[in-house]
Amino acid sequence: MREVAIIGVGMNKWGELWEKSLRDIFVESALLAIEDAGVDHIDSMYAGCMTSGLFVGQEHLASLLSDYLGAGPIPAARVESACASGGLAVRMGFIDVASGMSDIVLVGGVEKMTDVSGDGATYALSTAADQEYEVYNGITFPGLYALMARSHMQKFGTTREQLAQVAVKNHENGFKNPLAQYPQKITIEEVINSIMVADPLTILDCSPITDGAACLILCPADMAKKISKKPPVKIIASGNATDTIALHSRSDFTILNATVKAAERAYKMANVTPENIDLAEVHDCFTIAEIMIIEDLGFVKKGEGGKATMSGMTALGGKKPINTSGGLKSKGHPVGATGVAQVVEIVHQLRGESGPRQVKNAKIGLTQNMGGSGGSAVVHIMQAM
Amino acid sequence: MFPARYWREIPQRYRMEAEKCKKCGKIYFPPRLICPECKSREFEQVKLKDEGTLLTYTVIRVGPSQFVNQTPYAMGIVKLDDGINILAQIVDCEPDQIQTGMKLKIEFRKIQQDGEAGILCYGYKCVPA
Ligand SMILES: [Zn+2]
Repeated sequence: MREVAIIGVGMNKWGELWEKSLRDIFVESALLAIEDAGVDHIDSMYAGCMTSGLFVGQEHLASLLSDYLGAGPIPAARVESACASGGLAVRMGFIDVASGMSDIVLVGGVEKMTDVSGDGATYALSTAADQEYEVYNGITFPGLYALMARSHMQKFGTTREQLAQVAVKNHENGFKNPLAQYPQKITIEEVINSIMVADPLTILDCSPITDGAACLILCPADMAKKISKKPPVKIIASGNATDTIALHSRSDFTILNATVKAAERAYKMANVTPENIDLAEVHDCFTIAEIMIIEDLGFVKKGEGGKATMSGMTALGGKKPINTSGGLKSKGHPVGATGVAQVVEIVHQLRGESGPRQVKNAKIGLTQNMGGSGGSAVVHIMQAM
Repeated sequence: MFPARYWREIPQRYRMEAEKCKKCGKIYFPPRLICPECKSREFEQVKLKDEGTLLTYTVIRVGPSQFVNQTPYAMGIVKLDDGINILAQIVDCEPDQIQTGMKLKIEFRKIQQDGEAGILCYGYKCVPA
């Protein structure tokens, strides 16, 4: 297997981008990544996207996106694993370069979510859950994470304030990210007193509906040393795992087992431990998710995610900064793009170009991207070269 | 919802039909073609117990369009007495009367009205036992 490096990243401002189409959003960030890398062609492409069919009535993204990128008749694939589509696209690009099949690979993620009504978006997102045995009976995604939150609160004493602190901390970080959709600072009281969506989660516990894309350029690490304009970042591990699609089929609703397994595989591949990770971007689709994820990645003991968040451990300047980009909560969550954007943030951090949200001496970063109620997860570990 | 898609699930939604692995005895709801535990492909039909215990719950305040007339409504994961978990609405009680650990009973109810024609779709809900 060849070592794989990231030599270019590209991302534009996320938000409700009514004037831009799915293809525009993707091509803009792809061109930024290509310029950042300084390459004159790409050999193949992977695009993570959850459900362009339901959001904009468009499938066949391999053709559409390579066509509008002007990349020629390259091999291309659209990659789908619900909200983990982007992370999985990164893994596909990694495998393509590592295997020796392709040298210069563009990995992107995109979702255009505001061409449908709120109810249309709720429906599109709900297809990541079990349609016949969860959604049919009336559940929503906030509802599924609320079921996990209640279990976690009862089992470990996690508090309403601790959940809110995840949102407060991530908006604090997003405030320093010019590309974030909602860079406003918020308070614990505002989170708790905002509109209740699914008890105990309020609207400010939930990540927003977002249009956005993010792209990377990968190549063999040997080649990166020769051609990269910026300091290359090595992908030292890629871990992927799955779990039951229905939350109720699991024996414990406080553990995200796909994340546990994907992380185990990634730590083993990189030969590192959770202590070696300087910072991480994780899938805070709902506040409870970040609390469970930092436990399941081994950053804190099971059940102590809420306390750790409240203590400042995961804040910028803390021992283990989590979601310095603002996370899904503040930066936005265009589902298929999220997993790629997490890697964009880690690359900026490891290059030392994150400005006011730079983590000092960041050498090793991790990303955790998750589909549905945790039915799939992808973990990558990256190191400055 | 296309008729065949609705019709296929009727044995589970109307009659709580599950399948039990003939080799290891594990029960699956809905039925599967292969047992994830022991890889056996032989099952016998069983009917799920209609009583169980509430493990966790939420109250949906913002529901999908087919459920708008029902909001707010409670939903929970219920462990039936044969050990199978299901996700269902909890009805016939106020949300503030719901507690984890409470005993619930399965009842056959209208679940939603589908599409513009408002086709009635049925299935299981839980009520206090
Ligand atoms: Zn079996």
